[in-house]
Amino acid sequence: MTRRRNFLPLVGLLVCLFALLSYPSFFARFPGTRDVPWVNWLLFACGFALLGIGLVRAFGRPERHGGQIAAPILVALGVVLGGFFVYLTEVASRQLPASASAPKVGEKAPDFTLPDVHLQPVRLSGLVGTPSASWVLLIFYRGYW
Amino acid sequence: MRSFQERLHDFDARRIRLVAISVDPPETTGEHVAKMGWTYTFLSDPRAEVIRRYDLLHPDGGEGGDIARPAEFLIDPGGTIRWTDMTENYWVRARPETVLEAFDQLAAAAAPPSSPP
Repeated sequence: MTRRRNFLPLVGLLVCLFALLSYPSFFARFPGTRDVPWVNWLLFACGFALLGIGLVRAFGRPERHGGQIAAPILVALGVVLGGFFVYLTEVASRQLPASASAPKVGEKAPDFTLPDVHLQPVRLSGLVGTPSASWVLLIFYRGYW
Repeated sequence: MRSFQERLHDFDARRIRLVAISVDPPETTGEHVAKMGWTYTFLSDPRAEVIRRYDLLHPDGGEGGDIARPAEFLIDPGGTIRWTDMTENYWVRARPETVLEAFDQLAAAAAPPSSPP
């Protein structure tokens, strides 16, 4: 019987890599897959399953499948990618300032004037209560630098 | 940002003006907004003066230095804040439907339906 190459761990690692990269680049754009990154968790689960099956094949039936050296390395890399994903979505993103002095419900919104994309100055107090829009939703966002 | 654009008609119907603020300069924001097709108001606070006044500065939070932490404030016609959201995780942000629900509850509380005779 000829020994076959064991591609499963490599495929598993690539799935893990896709699971990591597709969150900031794509799935985080949509609230349904952003707030709880279930698609990416599912992709990681598939990646780990493939890595696991590949590892079992490499050591369970070494006479048929290769990968005794590569499979453990690829599994370790997959775990590192999974760990980085958890760090990215649950640790790093929670390092936010306390913002204890931020305006609270019931307080007047501090007035300001800032330029819009056409460099025209826009004043908050000039927006609230106007005939075209009486309420204002301020959305502070991180920006795209 | 995209999800708010998709629900813009719901905000227009309630006469809520959407105003987004970041440290990005007007040119950068203008290019990005035009590319994405977003039509509500985007303001630039490159020196983070307003962001500081609202105590939302995230020092060195971005690749370019200081940025704003995500936060939303719903302001009534009198200029008073009626609802806020301060996320604990910047991947988890207020959804347009959450803001619309909060507005509808505020509006219902301000003008209760007349009781039947």
